[in-house]
Amino acid sequence: MTHFPFSRRDMLKSLSCGFGYMAFAGLSSQASAGYENPLVPKATHFEPKAKRVIFLCMRGGPSHVDTFDYKPDLATDDGKPAPQQKGRKLMKSPWEFKQHGESGLPISDLFPHLAKQADDLCILNSMYGEVPNHPQAYLQLHTGSFRFVRPSVGAWSLYGLGTENQDLPGFITISPEVRVGGAQNYGCAFLPAIYQGTSVGQLGRPLTQAEIGNIANSRFSTNLQRDQLDLVQEMNRDLLSQKQVSPELEGVIESYELAFRMQSAVPDLLDLSNETQETLEQYGIGEKLTDDFGRQCLLARRFAESGVRYIELCHGNWDQHGGLKAKLTSNCGNTDQPIAALLADLKQRDMLKDTLVVWGGEFGRTPHVKNQDGRDHNSTGFSMWMAGGGVKGGQRVGMTGDHGVEAVENKIHFHDLHATMLHLLGLDHTRLTYRYAGRDFRLTDVYGHVVDDVLA
Amino acid sequence: MIRSHTRLLVLAVISLSPFAARGQENIPPVELEFFEKKIRPILVQKCYECHSAKAEEVKGGLLLDTRDGIRKGGETGHAVVPGDVQESLLIDSIRHESIEMPPEEKLSDEVIADFVKWVRMGAPDPRDGDSRTAKREIDFAEGSKHWAFQPVAKVAVPTPQQNANWARTDIDRFVAAKLDEQGLRPVAGADRLTLIRRLYYDLIGLPPTPEELSAVANDSSDQAIAKLVDQLLESPRFGERWGRHWLDVVRYAESNGRERNYIYPHAWRYRDYVIASFNADKPFDQFIREQIAGDLLPNASDEQRIATGLLALGPKLLNERDREIFVMDMVDEQVDITTRAFMAFTASCARCHDHKFDPIPMQEYYSLAGIFRSTKTLYGTANTQGNRQASQLISLNVSQSPGIAPAEAAEPEQAEVVDNTKQAAAARKRLAALQAQNKKLAKQIAQAKEGDATALEKLQKQQAELRETIAAARQGLPKQPTPPTNAKKGKAKSQPTGPLAMGVEEGKVENCPIYLRGETDKSSGIAERGFLTILDPQLKQPILKTEQSGRLEYADWIVSPENPMTSRVLANRVWQHLFGEGIVRTVDNFGMGGELPSHPELLDYLAGRVIANEWSVKKLIREMVLSRAYQLSAEHDAKNFEVDPTNLNLWRHDTRRADAESLRDAILFAGGKLDVTPPDGSTVTKLGDGEYGRGGSAQDLAADDNHRSVYLPILRNAVPEVLQLFDFAEPSMLVGQRQITNVPTQALYLMNSDFVTENSDALAARLLGDAKLDDEGRVDKTFQLVLSRPASDTEIERALAFIQRAADAMKAAKPNDDKLTLHAWSGFCQALFGSAEFRYID
Repeated sequence: MTHFPFSRRDMLKSLSCGFGYMAFAGLSSQASAGYENPLVPKATHFEPKAKRVIFLCMRGGPSHVDTFDYKPDLATDDGKPAPQQKGRKLMKSPWEFKQHGESGLPISDLFPHLAKQADDLCILNSMYGEVPNHPQAYLQLHTGSFRFVRPSVGAWSLYGLGTENQDLPGFITISPEVRVGGAQNYGCAFLPAIYQGTSVGQLGRPLTQAEIGNIANSRFSTNLQRDQLDLVQEMNRDLLSQKQVSPELEGVIESYELAFRMQSAVPDLLDLSNETQETLEQYGIGEKLTDDFGRQCLLARRFAESGVRYIELCHGNWDQHGGLKAKLTSNCGNTDQPIAALLADLKQRDMLKDTLVVWGGEFGRTPHVKNQDGRDHNSTGFSMWMAGGGVKGGQRVGMTGDHGVEAVENKIHFHDLHATMLHLLGLDHTRLTYRYAGRDFRLTDVYGHVVDDVLA
Repeated sequence: MIRSHTRLLVLAVISLSPFAARGQENIPPVELEFFEKKIRPILVQKCYECHSAKAEEVKGGLLLDTRDGIRKGGETGHAVVPGDVQESLLIDSIRHESIEMPPEEKLSDEVIADFVKWVRMGAPDPRDGDSRTAKREIDFAEGSKHWAFQPVAKVAVPTPQQNANWARTDIDRFVAAKLDEQGLRPVAGADRLTLIRRLYYDLIGLPPTPEELSAVANDSSDQAIAKLVDQLLESPRFGERWGRHWLDVVRYAESNGRERNYIYPHAWRYRDYVIASFNADKPFDQFIREQIAGDLLPNASDEQRIATGLLALGPKLLNERDREIFVMDMVDEQVDITTRAFMAFTASCARCHDHKFDPIPMQEYYSLAGIFRSTKTLYGTANTQGNRQASQLISLNVSQSPGIAPAEAAEPEQAEVVDNTKQAAAARKRLAALQAQNKKLAKQIAQAKEGDATALEKLQKQQAELRETIAAARQGLPKQPTPPTNAKKGKAKSQPTGPLAMGVEEGKVENCPIYLRGETDKSSGIAERGFLTILDPQLKQPILKTEQSGRLEYADWIVSPENPMTSRVLANRVWQHLFGEGIVRTVDNFGMGGELPSHPELLDYLAGRVIANEWSVKKLIREMVLSRAYQLSAEHDAKNFEVDPTNLNLWRHDTRRADAESLRDAILFAGGKLDVTPPDGSTVTKLGDGEYGRGGSAQDLAADDNHRSVYLPILRNAVPEVLQLFDFAEPSMLVGQRQITNVPTQALYLMNSDFVTENSDALAARLLGDAKLDDEGRVDKTFQLVLSRPASDTEIERALAFIQRAADAMKAAKPNDDKLTLHAWSGFCQALFGSAEFRYID
């Protein structure tokens, strides 16, 4: 029932050059026919601008009016009753906005490092969603739907594109949130299980303790385990020659070889000790404030470099109903330098041009307040930003009305965000479909428009 | 607003708009002329393409070719309100204010001014006629030609020619006739050992013990296999295997999943009910009736009420503020599960528009929805912050539920007599009232959280007091028996203690509004509760009683022998589990979007057998597995393969992968650690009924559990690792056929996980502890335990060589390790668990 958006000929073409592992030595050509590795790189619908995605997920709803949505009216009207909500007063941002870069993009003082890369950022000021509740909005950000169980953006991307490194999972999520949908946020729903995200660590636990499950054998040396694996594969090949044709068995044989390679590839990637001190410092690793997210960002670069297709990082908690000044300062402090380092590092390696970096959370926060120093959920208008592959930097797209409550111009829904992300990856969101329960499903359901203004 | 026009269309459903009633109008000639000259031509040129009866596809449900249509408007509202420019969406649209129409090119300012003028003069419009004519009628006559909607045919068993001698049973004759047609010859029968292993896995999901294996293998009588089949069908392990197949279909889980993953600590009663039903070979029509309407059966037993858990187990939007949205999504889930699980019919596609493929009008979806809207769904979940939609549960009357064996059997010792006096009833009533008050308060608190802090504080104080009152009221209640594995103490609970279950009861009986595009803020008319017309030629639709939801009638309608879907769907599901693929490969979709049956006559024959055998699943399985078709070898045949590479015609048996449960159970079995006694309840109850993630971990619960996999905690978004990795059914969705993937994470699990290592150690210890065996005997025994066959000489040689090398290598690293031998043997055992032969059943 798998419906790939590509012709079978494309599939076979990529297969013929994708394989050649020792496990297949000695197999008749007939034996290999019919085995389709669902992860081989696939042809896109059109020329992609980005080959991979790094999604910097800010869980909790980062305040747009204090970060990327410059609202001078809010400062002017500070303390006045909010026209948008009875009984509330407007509160100006405690932080200054200044123009940065040649583009003069206004960014608040919370992001001094990132501000230096203003010319690479495309700020989406007119994001909106339907529900100002974390669980629903978080799921919609990740899957397009909160009413139904649907595959995540990462799973769709992997399904559409395959992956470039067969020794690694194609979709990795670092420190994911366990609640508000949990694994559903990187799940595959009805898509084949191979497309679901592999998690490293868990939100709220230090990344230094994170690992990928079952990646190491606690008892046998590598050589002895190889010996054991040879015994397994010998039996498997006996069985295969007896069966003559069996794509499934080839799949098993292949999966063991991949697993064996992953055992060395994954820990190597997770091990940051071969990075220079300079790099570690750039990412803020070793500094208390930035260590954990710095590690996430550096890992993201390492995964990206190794050909992982979709990488999600997570930082929480941005839900400042109170204590805005202190908490938002600390959140931005945690993430600013690492994110800036990531962008700079990608650029320096000439990878920013084909890596799509996306920053944002499930909604923004109200410009008006009930408690002093605290803002509530605002889903009708908020900000995200994109940078890198195919994105026109140094600009703001869309805008919210006075004070930032509601997106009013060039409004961008989650579906539009997803359509645009797929577009940059070379996929037409209306054509990337999967047949389940008698009909074709899309990431964007029946919605979604590519936001043309974002495109370089 | 443009968005709404690109959405799925609503074509059904017409209600009378207040403006349509004016009928024939007396239009002054000047106005008429204005319309004819300025307005009509524009409408015809610019709008009719998408908004007239002649449009290929009417957009936005909007028709502009009659007065009735233009005033009534489409999905977004009235296009024209005579005299009111503000309220006329048409004006709004042509001005490109919200909707932009025409989409390609804005009309000139002059034309727009004409339209404004026309609306102001009262929108005079001579175009009579009813816009209803534009409705795209569903063609039931045409639709009923689809094979699945045809009555089950009484088919004659064919007489095969070429393969006549091969055929042994009627099933074989159908298969042979098809093979004849394709010029295929079946391969040889499977050898005894292979067949025994196949039957064990297929019927009970476990391998045979070496003793069982040799007993049947050495029994050369004709009846040996038939005897084995009967014995396996009678094993209590049978229900655990086949019950689990059903649990896949009904998306069984012990938590809500979704955005708020609240635990369902009582879900296991439904699981045990399903297992017991399969073990008892409960007629499947009865099984269906109980699951849909068990509470409405005469003298409904606990067991029958637990059966309705099917309707309560689905994932829900517990955080949803809007009750109507919440209810309609739950109802949708219930319509979906009952139509797809029993009839392989995707009725819920018609929630937002007429079904795109099958002849199901949107209105009929709402007829079904009305049945569940009139039903009260009781699923529990803690009434804490984050859960806006907690409900009560069903209180059981333990004494009359003998069908639920394990947990209930343990209870009577602690159970006190249930008090049914008036006093108790009054106390319960008082408690219920208090709880309702509490719920209301919780709602107020949730709202107050957005607002005033002092009000919130006051409410919270009230809540604390109320909780104390409730606790006191509960104290006063006569005690009901408490299950041994109930939620942890001290937790605020919103329902009475005592044995509880998920399920449904009758609610307020009412027909359902027809919600345009499935959205609860736009409705048009009401749908009478009822069923689906497309199945009506064969079925007489009962008229639903006004005082009942109609669930019982719905269940009877589903299991009626004239319903062409239900018996076919059952036969096909069973066939799939034995042959690898269904006769209809899309087991959950028999509609026009599904695949055609490979052997339509055979399917009808089997459906007929279902009815003839009074819906006995065991008899159906027995007939299938005793056919030669089932007993074929899985071997390759180049000639057949060329003609039929996917084995559509059944020229051999399909090799199948052991599912996740079989894999885990067989590993525990070989290690001697499998505990086949069913557990009392579920370990999930230890986590209470709050949100998952705050208490213990489901992975930890599963890790220490040596019961069969069907009894492991199944929490949505937290399925035990071993099951998740090996393609367990996603418990939020109806899964009639599991995916089969081969991914490196599976290999990593078999190579490195604690579970496999521990059981390899256990198996190695078991072998080494058997003093009667020499090393060759040990290797052979391992093969028998893991692969259900003896080892060949080469295999023994290879294995011993590996064990020696492993021992040497480990000795070189750690000379004084006293576990060297054990670990070397364990390494070999693990290799067998990792072999493809172990993971595949021929």
